[in-house]
Amino acid sequence: MQCPVPFSQHSTVQLAHGGGGRLMRELIEGLFRAAFAGPDDRSPRGGRLAAPARTAAHDSTVIEPSAGPLAFTTDSFVVSPLFFPGGDIGRLAVFGTVNDLAMAGAEPLALSAAFIIEEGFAFESLRRVVDSMARAASEAGVRIVTGDTKVVDRGKGDGLFITTSGVGRVPPGVDIRPGRVAPGDQVIVSGDLGRHGLAIMSVRQGLEFETGLQSDCAALNGLVAAMLAAAEPDDVHCLRDLTRGGLAAAANEIAQDAAVGMALRETEIPVCTAVQAACELLGLDPLYAANEGRLMALVAQRSAQAVFQAMKSHPLGRDAAIIGEVSVEQPGVVELLGPYGPGRILDLLSGEQMPRIC
Amino acid sequence: MKYLSEYRDADQVRRAAEAIRAAATRPWCIMEVCGGQTHSILRFALDRMLPESLTLIHGPGCPVCVTPVEVLDRAMALAARPEVVFCSFGDMLRVPGSHCDLFAMKSAGGDVRVVYSPMDAVELARRNTDRHVVFFAVGFETTAPTNALAVLHAARLGLKNFSLLTAHVLVPPAIRAVLASPRCRVQAFLAAGHVCTITGTSEYAPIAAEHRVPIVATGFEPLDILQGILMCVRQLESGRSEVEIQYTRSVRPEGNPAALRAMAEVFEPVSRPWRGIGVIPDSGLALRPAFAEFDAERRFDLSGITANESPECRAGEVLQGLIRPHQCPAFAQRCTPQHPLGAPMVSAEGACAAYYRYRRPSQASTD
Repeated sequence: MQCPVPFSQHSTVQLAHGGGGRLMRELIEGLFRAAFAGPDDRSPRGGRLAAPARTAAHDSTVIEPSAGPLAFTTDSFVVSPLFFPGGDIGRLAVFGTVNDLAMAGAEPLALSAAFIIEEGFAFESLRRVVDSMARAASEAGVRIVTGDTKVVDRGKGDGLFITTSGVGRVPPGVDIRPGRVAPGDQVIVSGDLGRHGLAIMSVRQGLEFETGLQSDCAALNGLVAAMLAAAEPDDVHCLRDLTRGGLAAAANEIAQDAAVGMALRETEIPVCTAVQAACELLGLDPLYAANEGRLMALVAQRSAQAVFQAMKSHPLGRDAAIIGEVSVEQPGVVELLGPYGPGRILDLLSGEQMPRIC
Repeated sequence: MKYLSEYRDADQVRRAAEAIRAAATRPWCIMEVCGGQTHSILRFALDRMLPESLTLIHGPGCPVCVTPVEVLDRAMALAARPEVVFCSFGDMLRVPGSHCDLFAMKSAGGDVRVVYSPMDAVELARRNTDRHVVFFAVGFETTAPTNALAVLHAARLGLKNFSLLTAHVLVPPAIRAVLASPRCRVQAFLAAGHVCTITGTSEYAPIAAEHRVPIVATGFEPLDILQGILMCVRQLESGRSEVEIQYTRSVRPEGNPAALRAMAEVFEPVSRPWRGIGVIPDSGLALRPAFAEFDAERRFDLSGITANESPECRAGEVLQGLIRPHQCPAFAQRCTPQHPLGAPMVSAEGACAAYYRYRRPSQASTD
């Protein structure tokens, strides 16, 4: 997507671009609106956003009320570096919020995007991020309908921070939350783990290592829709996207919130060779590594195979695996059954994983 | 995966555990010296595959754990200086000194940076001649050679703004200290494979002979560790006390001569305090006088900084194998990875952290 007219003679963002005057208007109209507007400035799903006249430049976007419950979420993105193998901060910002909505079973209706830009940030980079967000939104089938821009003094930001919020429509009868997890539920992951975390680490300053790894960042709402369609009503009990803290954090949170035990089989958990190798080298555990396009699902036994098969036939679930089940024993505890039989606890880490000394 | 999957193969691991059960006719106590091995044992629950008569004792081989509080306080003092860029491997940042850790120093405005090689710190010094870059040189014989090379490189570049805060420790004196304890129960040692890759095994022969203990230089994968244990058990059962190498894909008896040369050129052995254990003679490395200008303790007078350890922490007994982590009354109660009383609860390779992470207290107590 290209901007039709040059919107600024500056090559970097100036403080005045956030100052409320002519430069700011140029930035919003020339870059953001140009990238995010639909062909006729209507929602691609039609009718859910109010008529075009009511979405023109204004303090708020007006959305017609939806039948049934709405999901609402927000997330901030501060990744470094901003561009990494397989993605960038813009894709993360769109998919992150779309995925949070999807984890409640919601179809995304509209996103907001707020940009905090450091003075001196290159316009070329900003344009790359914005174009990437527009493409990501189109892939996820959602519109970015409102936003905000602030410019902070040089040295008071790290290039670019983005916050996105999203509203989604929860289909009738869908009720997905930790409280519904029950003993006997099967634990399914949608693909191999740790690609995003290790892809970011491989390009972080001071630790560059060669790997073909690409971030797994992706919008999961399509996969979730396929899973819901395959399951008996009510059988998808809980979904969680495996972001920071990885599978270990998500499994522990759900086990604690639902007051159930969870037994996972280590040998069934998919991890690709490149992630495994990088983790061995750095002394990291892939089960704690970040993902941006993977989910775990807790599904009632009777629908588990159908959901699993639906995932396997979706491009984002090709490497899905059933990795364990929910039990009544040891509520709040996730046990990892090892390759040789005896198990161990899969605990939360007290902080970020750090590469080890030796 | 080459060099990994074959050493984790379930059938081979089960066969090795069976071989140990068949070989062990009496109770034996074996210490794995290295924290990396402790971590593998707990992570793969290898101890639960062994006969009950066989006891594994977790040794003092985690460099993060044995770094004295005093040295950590000196690190904090350096990190607080406005002209200093304090560089460290990541796992030292969470280790508590008397008052805080390096993360807290960073958030209070100290320029604390995680680097992945001492060469990165030298490069920082080269590019920032108006700042003084200190690298926290922690580790056993495994990390000492690269730190020696960093000093040699800085000297070649003529850098005047680079120094090491040195807390290097050596494995053989620690084994001697364990054996010298009147309460010592250890009858054989798994020596750390990567340390022996650098040093070779010649230093271990006199220890094995004098104390009549088998010592097996062992790797870190499940099959390595079980093979190392099997080699120890076979020696014990037949009354031998020799130095053997299990980790043959990496360890040569003569070690790595180039690494040893760099180490010997830059460092000399000194007596050092070990956290929880006390001073062990000739158990550490200090910069030789010729490299005094790269010694942060001399560049910045830090000798006034002394500290005492938490009286409640029984890390010393844990690191000497006298108690198991969960036998400490503070374990998982007043001492957790979020609020560690001592270093073995902080480092990923510390015995207390390994027990906390992989075993519930109810599970640990059945051991």
